Amino acid sequence: MKELQITLSVNGEYKQAHVSTRMTLVDCLRDVLRLTGTHVGCEHGVCGACSILLDGEPVRSCLMFAVQAEGHQITTVEGLATKDGELSDLQDSFWECHAMQCGYCTPGMLIAGHALLEDNPEPDDEEVREAISGNLCRCTGYQQIIEAVKLTAKRRSGTAA
Amino acid sequence: MKAAPFDYVRAADVNEVCKLLAEAGQDERKVIAGGQTLVPLMAMRMARPDMLIDINDVVELAGIHDHGDHIAIGGCTRQRVIERSDLIVERLPLISKAIRNVGHSQTRNRGTIGGSIVHGDPSAELALAALVLDARIILKSIRGEEELSLDGFFEAAMVTNIQPDQLLTEIRIPVWAGKKVGTGFHETASRQGDFAIVAAAAQLELGTDDVIVRAAITVGGVAPSPVRLRSVEKLLTGRSPEAIDQALFQLDDEIDPDTDVHATADYRRRVARALVSRAVEDALDEAQE
Repeated sequence: MKELQITLSVNGEYKQAHVSTRMTLVDCLRDVLRLTGTHVGCEHGVCGACSILLDGEPVRSCLMFAVQAEGHQITTVEGLATKDGELSDLQDSFWECHAMQCGYCTPGMLIAGHALLEDNPEPDDEEVREAISGNLCRCTGYQQIIEAVKLTAKRRSGTAA
Repeated sequence: MKAAPFDYVRAADVNEVCKLLAEAGQDERKVIAGGQTLVPLMAMRMARPDMLIDINDVVELAGIHDHGDHIAIGGCTRQRVIERSDLIVERLPLISKAIRNVGHSQTRNRGTIGGSIVHGDPSAELALAALVLDARIILKSIRGEEELSLDGFFEAAMVTNIQPDQLLTEIRIPVWAGKKVGTGFHETASRQGDFAIVAAAAQLELGTDDVIVRAAITVGGVAPSPVRLRSVEKLLTGRSPEAIDQALFQLDDEIDPDTDVHATADYRRRVARALVSRAVEDALDEAQE
């Protein structure tokens, strides 16, 4: 069976897709389901641009075939914002700290930052660096991304204005 | 960077996997678990299986169990689960130290211990740590079950002794029962979580008067597969910790690194010496605590 009909749960909604078995999850999200927020970079698990949450944990969607994602809960960067299009607090901090330039790595960075804060609400610099170590950014030098994640943590704990 | 077409089957249990592997005939059938090594190989067309047998739904292949003298880890146990296991921290601290260097959180969430071992990547940290601890692996096929030592399992870079019809179901890692046991793990990579250029793992046990009664040391990235430093271990056993410097002279004879795009052979040799020395020193410090 080289083509299959699958049902995926993406950002809380069930979606049908007819895919070839060799189609990666990121290609399915972008090209079939038209969720182009998730970016595709290296296609072999190095750059992190395609990071998504699979059952709440960050994974690379270029290292999974779409057919393998059936039965799992997928959250893409689109699912981090609220339904009416408001930015999440982490997205807002990225905007405020200027944590992006070209924006290519941003969806992956947001997923990595989001997952870290779920796991560890008050990370130190080292922990933030480790959490985003699997995501390449060629513009910012990472510093503002680290600041944005920490600003979100501070705001959530009420220790920042 | 797209994989060649393949048939896809989600297996329900170990018997189904073994049956599908046995029926391959002229086809190439590959087991997929986390896919963190296999999918890049397929994307680069270095692997072109005709069929992928997905074992992620086979519940009997995942889990960590304490059997007293050893810990049994299912082949499809995710690296993240091992990293977060209190049992591993307490009983196999070396595995715990090594696993933090395996890829990144995004890859550890999918990657499995079985996948790390069967692919035989020359710089895989889990293979290195399992080899130090004299781990044994269980390989199943319709022909039966085989228990193999990891020593000799890694043939060359990305080549291991698993047969095409076999499934790695379990890794059995012995626990050192002594009171004064210490561990050390060090590696160098271009970014944390990237493939190790060189990695070293050591586990030592001290007896009364702090004499080294048991030593196990392995270094990776200096040969096509991880190298167990038997002659260094032998020189250390029965000696006091002051013997380390002298024992490390043996290291040069046991490794044969190659120059590649990441590092020269000479660099690897020098880094291997530094990292083995640090791993052994950490292990000693920990054992003396």
